Amino acid sequence: MRAVMWRGGVGAVFAAVLLPMVAVMWLSFFDQEVISFPPEGYTWRWYVNAWEKKQFARGFVNSLQLALVAAGLGVFVGTAAAYALVRAEFPGKAFLGTLLLSPLAVPGVVLGTALYVFFVEVENAIDIDIRATLPGLIAAHVLLTVPWTVRLVAASLQGIGPAAEEAAANLGARPWTVFRRITLPMMRSGVVAGALFSFIQSFENLELSLLLVGPGRSTLPVEMLNYLEFRIDPTLAAVATIQIVLIGALMLVTDRYVNLSRVVS
Amino acid sequence: MTRLVLEGLRKTYGPTVAVDRVDLEVAEGELVALLGPSGCGKTTTLRMVAGFIAPTAGRIFIGGTDVSRAPPYARDTGMVFQGYALFPHMTVAENVGFGLEMRRVAKAEREARIAEALRLVRLDGYAERRIAQMSGGQQQRVALARALVVNPGVFLLDEPLSNLDARLRAEVRVEIRALQQRLGLTTLFVTHDQEEALTMADRMVVMNHGRVCQIGPPEELYERPADLFVAGFLGRCNVFRGTVETPGTLRAGAIALPCDGGVPGQTAAMVVRPERVGIDPEAGLLPGRIGMTTYLGGLTDWHVETDAGTVLVTRPTPPPGDRLRRLAPGDIVHLDWAGTAGRLLSPEPNGELA
Repeated sequence: MRAVMWRGGVGAVFAAVLLPMVAVMWLSFFDQEVISFPPEGYTWRWYVNAWEKKQFARGFVNSLQLALVAAGLGVFVGTAAAYALVRAEFPGKAFLGTLLLSPLAVPGVVLGTALYVFFVEVENAIDIDIRATLPGLIAAHVLLTVPWTVRLVAASLQGIGPAAEEAAANLGARPWTVFRRITLPMMRSGVVAGALFSFIQSFENLELSLLLVGPGRSTLPVEMLNYLEFRIDPTLAAVATIQIVLIGALMLVTDRYVNLSRVVS
Repeated sequence: MTRLVLEGLRKTYGPTVAVDRVDLEVAEGELVALLGPSGCGKTTTLRMVAGFIAPTAGRIFIGGTDVSRAPPYARDTGMVFQGYALFPHMTVAENVGFGLEMRRVAKAEREARIAEALRLVRLDGYAERRIAQMSGGQQQRVALARALVVNPGVFLLDEPLSNLDARLRAEVRVEIRALQQRLGLTTLFVTHDQEEALTMADRMVVMNHGRVCQIGPPEELYERPADLFVAGFLGRCNVFRGTVETPGTLRAGAIALPCDGGVPGQTAAMVVRPERVGIDPEAGLLPGRIGMTTYLGGLTDWHVETDAGTVLVTRPTPPPGDRLRRLAPGDIVHLDWAGTAGRLLSPEPNGELA
């Protein structure tokens, strides 16, 4: 009886997580402009429509570039920071740790507005455009990617402990060699997971990008919002479905190389 | 083969003194065990020798060179860690070869030396295994091979047997000692297990609260402990407190007990090892009543209640039918020991007495 209830509970949670995604994927095939149940029929035409609307393709490429660069920078900075936070002792360590995680605690819209105002001030001071430029947007997105890497890499570093690094040093390895030959390979799954989640965070971010993108350089989520202002048809569901499938595939592929569930739990 | 010298070694963490003025010389080819309860400073001392902890004061010499401020990679030590600290992403051969690679030993020679080291620890044929595929005992031997293959000047062992089960531990103990003697390695060994220290060490250092209590060969420490802490930490003992009456007699309350000398009037604690106490049903110095009997297989313990307190007596288990074998709780017995068995110590424990 207990086992049945337990399984029922687990099933309910899975359903709550998966149903919205399944619903979106289902909607994307409805053959009608205004969504109603039951569907009048099924069609591929929203996918064709999404393909023909060039802003989605352009947004996709922009988002991809942005997420790759932001995740790359975030992994680099975040890994270095996590290493220092876990292995080194220095004054202000606890403060730095909190600071690096803090972008996760600030609502995206607030962060975006703050950055907008900050960029204006900096532009006035140095007379170089930052708003509406790709470097400005990347800088903003690094704020999203760093906390994820710091958290995941720090967790995996804590898990492996310093003993193997000490053993390597004892055998004659200098600090950089220890890091390259021992630490990095041992925390690889943390770094890969950090990169993956950073990428997803940046790729699907709307709030920050909305305030900072330049004309003609909108990201995919911003383009989707723009489209929504004028039309409500299943085209967006089709675009979302493609995103879900791509990210799902990315996670599956990553999971083959590192055990994600182990890193994240 | 190198001499290791510690000179006034000290480590403090804020107001806490972890290691206090440790002086020690380990001769070439000698195995010295650092023994003490957890928190006594033995591991901190070892880690200072390896270079993982910087001493607050004092100096460390390896082969005559002052290495007190040298980084770990520049010290000529080979260490076996408590949890082995193997590299899980490398094969057994890569683990063992890591130190050689760092020393830029050419590949051909490297491979020969890896094979030799693996043969030394009886792991030939395991070179290409992954660490995760090895049992605890095998991982232990990989760690040994990895530390030994570089011919370290000083061999450091940090509780290397604590993760093994009891049977394997006794086996590996003998193996490590044999290897160490065969290769003539200057060795510093940390353990909290007195039996391990007694059986393996040329000399032992008993530590407590960051200080050295006594240094000496196992027999000396066991038979002539310097204080009550050492006496209690190494093996079991009976402690009697009293005043020396005449040289050779200790008065504890109404009873006079034999001891090894002493100055009349001196207050002292006397320790007597349980195997040195004679037990006889008929005659003897100190009468008592059997309280509890513990059968340990090869040994039997009797807890005898006397006017001087409960006295522990141990003997090889007598054969069935022996009159000692028939002793039951409540029986009257007589205890006795030679004056030389009653070692007088300062009544100050110099640390808590177990």
